[in-house]
Amino acid sequence: MKAVFIRDVTLAFRAGGGFGLALAFFLIVVILVPFGIGPDRAILARIAPGILWVAALLACLLSLDRIFALDYEDGSLPLLATSPLPLEGLVLAKSAAHMVVTGLPLTIAAPALGFLLNMQAGAYPWLVVSLAIGTPALSMIGAFGAALTVGLRRGGLLLSLLVLPLYVPTLIFGADLVRRGADGLSVTVPLMMLSVITLGAVALMPFAAAAVLRINLR
Amino acid sequence: MSIWEYANPKKFSATVTPIIPWAFALGLGGLAVGLIWGFFFTPDDYRQGATVKIIYLHVPSAFLAINAWLMMLVTSLIWVVRRHHVSALAAKAAAPVGVVMTVMALATGAIWGQPIWGTWWAWDPRLTSFLILFLFYLGYIALWEAIPDPDTAADLTSILCIVGSVFALLSRYAAVYWAQGLHQPASLSLDAEENVADVFWQPLVLCMVAFGILFVALVLLRTRTEIAKRRIAALEARARRSEVRV
Amino acid sequence: MPDLGPYAVPVLAAYAVSLSLFAVIVLSSWRSWIKVKRQLKEVEKNGES
Repeated sequence: MKAVFIRDVTLAFRAGGGFGLALAFFLIVVILVPFGIGPDRAILARIAPGILWVAALLACLLSLDRIFALDYEDGSLPLLATSPLPLEGLVLAKSAAHMVVTGLPLTIAAPALGFLLNMQAGAYPWLVVSLAIGTPALSMIGAFGAALTVGLRRGGLLLSLLVLPLYVPTLIFGADLVRRGADGLSVTVPLMMLSVITLGAVALMPFAAAAVLRINLR
Repeated sequence: MSIWEYANPKKFSATVTPIIPWAFALGLGGLAVGLIWGFFFTPDDYRQGATVKIIYLHVPSAFLAINAWLMMLVTSLIWVVRRHHVSALAAKAAAPVGVVMTVMALATGAIWGQPIWGTWWAWDPRLTSFLILFLFYLGYIALWEAIPDPDTAADLTSILCIVGSVFALLSRYAAVYWAQGLHQPASLSLDAEENVADVFWQPLVLCMVAFGILFVALVLLRTRTEIAKRRIAALEARARRSEVRV
Repeated sequence: MPDLGPYAVPVLAAYAVSLSLFAVIVLSSWRSWIKVKRQLKEVEKNGES
């Protein structure tokens, strides 16, 4: 499991691994928003938490199909599946790698982009906390979607259609956590709900994703 | 004699063939009676005026939009556990009907909301939940269309339906938390003290029953079509095999 | 025809939209069944000969 994790992370950091791509996409989406909305600082401050969360979610989505598709194409996925490592463990390792490669950089970069959107000072710690808690859920749910579409040519668009509705609860609680942090309100409810979603996803999604992979590798 | 006998596609088709025209007649007849009753012979509401007549379309379609998904969940579970092909095909057949019901509920709701709330759309928990349900239906149908092998497609869509149900429920509660609602609470429930007045209630129940029968008729018809399609594919595959052998 | 007052347009629009949606799903389901039935007959006939 550790070996798979390290292999995936190093592959992603190598040239052409797509490590910087999600981060650059995140940056570009956040920069585009003021061009669409206008430079009014008050409006930007109000929508900053939501924009940052939606952008992070889209950046995460962009790199999902790499979780299984590359290994499927070069034939190493069936090999990994027949190894002594249970498929659930493989899914967990691969989504953890996806999280480290995509979610973690997004979490670290998000405060810097918060300045661009004139986000309120009180929101910064909560932005980092919400993304740190929320991105594992995004990676786990995304791994399920990636497993569903692994055998398909042109699965990318279908993957977005399948995964985006599943992201709705995470997005609602994650963005609300930052918004409440910005307004200085109590953050207990969204914080707990977000944690529940992440823990539930980490506990249950590997089984769903592994079941789907077994069907696709049949 | 058990219900599982009807899991045999041939037996299923033979049994439903005489039922389908009757179910359509009953459903359409009931719908006509219910709608005419509701449209011509019920008074206007003292607050909402004539717009209350939209209830005979809005409530039954919303009711079925949710129940169609529940039916797909049950048939998906049956497919996963017992692997009866008819069950998977029934889930596939129900999805487009569910989409139509969801669109109908959203459209009549928007038309109703415009004069009463002064807006076509509000990000209200109920409305939002239906929009999310609509997205789930789209994803489900798209997945069926995308996978060429029928058994793989049935397996994958079943799991999507089960996982999606969990997330749909979660989204519902998230949406309730996220927005305060404009929408009134459920019009019909068994334990509420105050339901819709009897004058509206009777034709409404008739309409709901008629929608339900019509839904069953549509699902039976579409399932039979799917079975026939599957049989065509099997026969053609067999014909190709024998050609190769000759 | 009942008097719909100022709400004639929305009420009639709701009925029109719903009934046409019903018509679409019912007719398309029937048409695909008839098409498939014809195909099935053809394929079954070819199989026998």
